[in-house]
Amino acid sequence: MEYISNIIFAIILFAGIGFFAKNIKKLSRNIKLGKAVDTSDNKPQRWNNMFRIALGQTKMVVRPIPGILHIIVYLGFIIINIEVLEIIIDGLLGSHRIFAFLGRFYSFLIGSFEILALLVIVAVVVFWIRRNLIKLKRFLNPEMKGWPKKDGNLILYIELVLMILFLTMNAADYQLQQMNVAHYTKAGAFPISQFIAPLFQDMSTSSIILIERSAWWLHIVGILMFLNYLYYSKHLHILLAFPNTYFGRLKPKGQFENLEAVTKEVKLMMDPSADPFAAPDEHAPVPEKFGASDVMDLKWVQLLNAYTCTECGRCTSECPANQTGKKLSPRKIMMDTRDRLEEVGKNIDANKGEFVADGKQLLGDYITHEELWACTSCNACVEACPVSIDPLSIIMDMRQYLVMEQSAAPSDLNNMMGNIENNGAPWPFNQMDRLNWSKES
Amino acid sequence: MENELKVPTMAELFAAGQQPEVLFWVGCAGSFDDRAKKITKAFVKILNKANVSFAVLGTEESCTGDPAKRAGNEFLFQMQAVTNIEVLNAYEVKKVVTACPHCFNTLKNEYPGLGGNYEVVHHTQFLKQLLDDGRISMEGGQFKGKRITFHDPCYLGRANNVYEAPRDLIRKLDAELVEMKNCKKRGLCCGAGGAQMFKEPEKGSKDINIERTEQALDIKPEIIAAGCPFCNTMLTDGVKNKEKESSVAVMDIAELIASAEDL
Repeated sequence: MEYISNIIFAIILFAGIGFFAKNIKKLSRNIKLGKAVDTSDNKPQRWNNMFRIALGQTKMVVRPIPGILHIIVYLGFIIINIEVLEIIIDGLLGSHRIFAFLGRFYSFLIGSFEILALLVIVAVVVFWIRRNLIKLKRFLNPEMKGWPKKDGNLILYIELVLMILFLTMNAADYQLQQMNVAHYTKAGAFPISQFIAPLFQDMSTSSIILIERSAWWLHIVGILMFLNYLYYSKHLHILLAFPNTYFGRLKPKGQFENLEAVTKEVKLMMDPSADPFAAPDEHAPVPEKFGASDVMDLKWVQLLNAYTCTECGRCTSECPANQTGKKLSPRKIMMDTRDRLEEVGKNIDANKGEFVADGKQLLGDYITHEELWACTSCNACVEACPVSIDPLSIIMDMRQYLVMEQSAAPSDLNNMMGNIENNGAPWPFNQMDRLNWSKES
Repeated sequence: MENELKVPTMAELFAAGQQPEVLFWVGCAGSFDDRAKKITKAFVKILNKANVSFAVLGTEESCTGDPAKRAGNEFLFQMQAVTNIEVLNAYEVKKVVTACPHCFNTLKNEYPGLGGNYEVVHHTQFLKQLLDDGRISMEGGQFKGKRITFHDPCYLGRANNVYEAPRDLIRKLDAELVEMKNCKKRGLCCGAGGAQMFKEPEKGSKDINIERTEQALDIKPEIIAAGCPFCNTMLTDGVKNKEKESSVAVMDIAELIASAEDL
């Protein structure tokens, strides 16, 4: 019976990590539904982007208030997780504060964790106020109604509870250390929780131990639950921001990819030696679909983008179309892509690994034509994203489908394109008049 | 008395066995739009004054395909691109300058993949270079102390990270360069990009060009400087809508310099 708690801990730990791994596998499978794209180029630049943008949070501080608060929570997350390592070892071995031998360095670590934990609590409270009391515009867009709003708040509550549990655990531990209780080695510094400890002064040793143990267990179980919550939430960005910034766009933002499938056709059309009456090759592969109408038509990096989005809405608040009351919201484009991808993933799970047509697609059922045609391709959304997401590329791929597969452009644009075809200019002017300006006074 | 413009074509120079220093890609707006033609002429006046050896394609020029590509018609874009590249390569063009950021972006970034490799510069970059090389001088008397703000064209700024060349030129005019609430990387679009120039906007609460014009008028400029024929149209319309056309002018950087030089 001596090892029962170690065994229970091991079971919870492996179940928590195992379940998370299962979901990550699903996530990775879903992302791979996207089309191939070569990202093997320019490795140094890619690593540099990841270090600068994801690790260094350089784009977060473009907006200083949320940027600095976010850095606090981010540092808290990364640094306090060193403590989680100790908790896991203690849990498995039945030891207590196994890193205590580090002495003064240990005190320094625990002390800084505590200060960070307090700062995280402050930041989380401010975030909650920004979302619920100040009612910042970017948290009130239509796509934020319902689950996305709840999700955002839930994450803040979980973080708050985890930090409070961490400080409670330390406070009780500190109190027990003061009382020279066996097993509670004198170790660590408690700059914050020493002020909570007096609450336990009049309690019995066993009560304090009960509080310490409860907080310890709830803290680690809470972390494992939070880990597993990620997949069901917008919060995946804490992991995916890293690959997403690595695989993010390196070319100038104005450079839109030239479709290779189209290049082949154009070259053939322009080839004077091609036989215009040649019968089509019976074995020729079915021509590739132009543009995107569903998630499988997008590239895998775009799907990774969708899972990485944490719905902060900086893109939407910078979008000129959204600012002037149009339906387009780049954040919604990303959320829709992710939601449809999840739907496709569930469909595959339910049908033994095969996608069975469900009569739905990203275009129309999630993203409307009106949203797509409101985009000015100005790249403000791409510039605003703190984790290198590119909503514009999805909009453009879907426009390509609308125009090249469905001829469904707005009539004004059809006129413009007709003019280019006929006169080589978007307006109905004759190409032979192109130089007339030089003779006008 | 206006001097006559000297506008050689590539065909003429080629026939005479000459190769110009740079090809001036005029663009559709610069060729046909009444407002943009003034920008084209202002730029040519500067080129003439500085004795720059240049040529235009004239009737051999055709749309780069930018609006077709942004509208989703990759097919039409590539047809245009391949045709233009054939012409440009036949003339062995090495360097291209254009006053349109959309042409600039397309020629610079999207033509290389289809076989068109040229050094492409925006006219503000080219003018800055002429100034640095001492080929033009600007005595900014006329604009001294005037409040001028620069509207960043999306396809020059965010799309290609060119922010300073136009601003350096405005500073050289001894003008007071003032910045809008949204500028440079966070510059607000005029509303014309992505083929919006050629269609009615979607339903909304306001037109984008009005929003941008309001941002500009907030800082009380005497001149709103632009570097793109489409931005120019959108902002000119915005200023008219606000009935400010008598006190606020919308001018291209080339027009500012041509006026300062009294060309």
